[in-house]
Amino acid sequence: MKLELRGITKRFPGVVANDNVNLALNTGEVLSLIGENGAGKSTLMSVLYGMYKPDEGQIVIDGTDLVFASPADAIGAGIGMVHQHFMLVPVFTVAENVVLGVEPTGALGKLNIDEARRMVREISDKYNLDLDPDAVIEDLPVGVQQRVEIVKVLLRDAKVVVFDEPTAVLTPSEIIEFFEIVKTLVSAGRGVVFITHKLKEALNIADRIAVLRRGKVVGEVDPKTATESQIAEMMVGRPVQLTVDKNSAKTGDVVLKVTDLTVLDADGRTHVENVSFEVCAGEIVGIAGVQGNGQTELVEALTGLRKATRGVIDLDGKDLTHSNPRERHQMGMAHIPEDRQRQGLVGGLSVAENLVLTRYHDDQFSHGVYVDWEAANAVAETLITEYDIRTPNKETGVGTLSGGNQQKVIVARELSRDLRLTIAAQPTRGVDVGSIEYIHSRIVKERDAGTAVLIVSTELEEVMALSDRLLVMYRGKVVAELDPKKVTPMEVGLYMAGSRPDSAVSA
Amino acid sequence: MKNLFNKFGERLNRVSSMKLTLLAVLSALIVGAFIIIVSDVDNLRDGDVLGAVSTVGSAYWALVVGSFGSLRAISNTINSSTPLILCGVSVAIAFKAGLFNIGATGQMLAGGMTSLWVGFAMDGPGYVQVPLAILAGAIGGAVFGAIPGILKARTGAHEVITTIMLNNMAAFFILWLLKTDLFQREDRTDPISKLVSAEGRLPRLFGFMDGRADLIAHVGFIVALGAVLAYWWFLKKTTTGFEFRAYGLNADAATYAGMHVKRLTVLSMMFAGGFAGLAGAAEVLGTYGYASTNFAGNIGFDAIAIALLGQSSPLGTFFAAILFGALQAGGRQMQTNSDVPIDLIIVLRALIVMFIAAPLLVKTIWRTKNATIAAGQTFRGWGS
Repeated sequence: MKLELRGITKRFPGVVANDNVNLALNTGEVLSLIGENGAGKSTLMSVLYGMYKPDEGQIVIDGTDLVFASPADAIGAGIGMVHQHFMLVPVFTVAENVVLGVEPTGALGKLNIDEARRMVREISDKYNLDLDPDAVIEDLPVGVQQRVEIVKVLLRDAKVVVFDEPTAVLTPSEIIEFFEIVKTLVSAGRGVVFITHKLKEALNIADRIAVLRRGKVVGEVDPKTATESQIAEMMVGRPVQLTVDKNSAKTGDVVLKVTDLTVLDADGRTHVENVSFEVCAGEIVGIAGVQGNGQTELVEALTGLRKATRGVIDLDGKDLTHSNPRERHQMGMAHIPEDRQRQGLVGGLSVAENLVLTRYHDDQFSHGVYVDWEAANAVAETLITEYDIRTPNKETGVGTLSGGNQQKVIVARELSRDLRLTIAAQPTRGVDVGSIEYIHSRIVKERDAGTAVLIVSTELEEVMALSDRLLVMYRGKVVAELDPKKVTPMEVGLYMAGSRPDSAVSA
Repeated sequence: MKNLFNKFGERLNRVSSMKLTLLAVLSALIVGAFIIIVSDVDNLRDGDVLGAVSTVGSAYWALVVGSFGSLRAISNTINSSTPLILCGVSVAIAFKAGLFNIGATGQMLAGGMTSLWVGFAMDGPGYVQVPLAILAGAIGGAVFGAIPGILKARTGAHEVITTIMLNNMAAFFILWLLKTDLFQREDRTDPISKLVSAEGRLPRLFGFMDGRADLIAHVGFIVALGAVLAYWWFLKKTTTGFEFRAYGLNADAATYAGMHVKRLTVLSMMFAGGFAGLAGAAEVLGTYGYASTNFAGNIGFDAIAIALLGQSSPLGTFFAAILFGALQAGGRQMQTNSDVPIDLIIVLRALIVMFIAAPLLVKTIWRTKNATIAAGQTFRGWGS
């Protein structure tokens, strides 16, 4: 089967999301669609999957023009999609989820669950997916849930499978398994579209890479000959620095001192256990670890969003274990939260309002009960320019900005004052290449100005590149303190997985 | 240039959400017309479809005449709108903070009773007594409104449940109060309160026109206008107003930003109660001059529809309340002039709310393009 997108144009009020896009895919190959957030990847795939009607252009399969009025038409034409956020019923079994919508039924519409099990087992065996049809979804790790989605697509006989940012939710080892599955799919004669913004992965798995920028295909490259920086430049439209540029740290006094910190949740489960560490002025300490090993709770305890069950948190020698977020904020603590949509921003408020979200009560912005919006707007204008926030104007709703620009709003707000300690959790998650470069340079600049910086990230590469010292968290404990210049990602990966390499180089 | 274009785009979005509201009202009037026609049995029995259609015309014309057609009609509209505006602001301000205040009725009762007590127990000059009585109404409502706020902040009890329950508690408490010697009128055995002293009554708006006793609108309307203004000022200018908006739109972000969200929960319900309490004061001190068991009527519930219709904005809530007040005032005229029962007003209001709640339906019917669905800020739902 040959799938072609010819001259696809899709306009939304104010933007052209796809501008005359031409793409072709044969079964038996992997096409990687790469581009920054907001480049139009998702829109294009929504057009292909029948969720949007293109304003211009055709979808052509084996020479026939097709019009998809709904995803059902797309599925009928042999196109399957695995969404970034899975569409599974958590309390159903694998088999029940897989047949949902195409249930094999017996007399009086009774679900034939044995047949469903058989179908799951058959596909699972054929593609080496190793799925138990009777396992309940909510008990399964994310990587396995993704395989359930793949079975769903295969059961509907998809010739072309579209993966939307499939690796975003996976651990490093799950990513490796995922790539094996993609290879199996391709060798079985299916076509794969792999949407991503991670250059390494595209280079690793794709047969061809199409680069999208501002709704247009700006070029197609061959992964065998292309380099990361070459693709990054195509994505962003200018040369991009992919490594973090920093001098060695000039470490000062201890700023943050955490002693025997333990955090339990309301149900009595331990998330952080006897964690002790220090962060000094002028250094970046990174915390690596697989998602869900207590990093979120640690950050929440440090920033006052969660109660510390035991232990002491000192900032500049002052005990703030029981201070609320605002008091910590006023003592010079900045917090870039891991989930910017949920915590960092109020999507319904304007860029300017978000830029003062944690500061509106400062004397600078308030007189008695009034907010001094004139002062706030003036500062907002300055920050928008200084931090290169791409927004139509300061009154625009922050929710309409791209992920990278939303993150810049948070970074601008949190870093644009005198700080003693900056805590940044997943500072570049879901952020485009150009903005990552910028945010990293800002964090390093903050360090060089003498601020203590704590970075928590599940992206090993990022945390290793930024940190001057590296801590690894596993099951709520700090299991290693390493010098990022002296360890390899593989070694850190072993600590993250809970094992202790004998030949580990300790800092 | 691009800047200008975007500003224009935003303006357009706002306009289209207003357009949607107007279309919802129009849709309701059209469906209402059909209901008038099919229920016009007299004409239909004679096969006189045209006659039935003309009933629609005369009914709707009577609505207009009865609400805005004369000074008396305008006075009636103002009088009906006054408590609706105040309760509308009460529900709207809670919506802004992400809370659903179904308790405006109870808060209105509480505020009405405190203002009533000042109204009959005090015997001072009007310019002292009236402001004091109004203030007492606001405080009574605010104190009663704070209860569900405190319950939510302390225990997480959902305000929808607690405010509904507190409505009942307020109603029965007042039934008892009105039978006590303190409140009950001396010569009565039924639950009717003493009369507010003549000095304590709210002056009539058109009091300068001698001999027009039928112009019943009172200065409660000025209080209501002041409340709308205060609400606008609060949202736009104050730090706490900013906190309300942030908390209402994203509670997690508000917590992250260091706002004291429990305090905000209590404050927002307190403010909501205060505005509803003013409505109670306006009714007791202005319209009635005494309290009976049901002086709050259905106003607290109509206010929910009004806040939704007005998308919780100060001006939107004001105009929605005027619309509902006008329907109320015009409905009486319609009943007299055209045999269409005043119950149609309830149907119309229900239809307006239904069409507002179903913007996609309105968009489909009127084939509007790309009108953004802006439902304004309402409450967070059950999960919070």
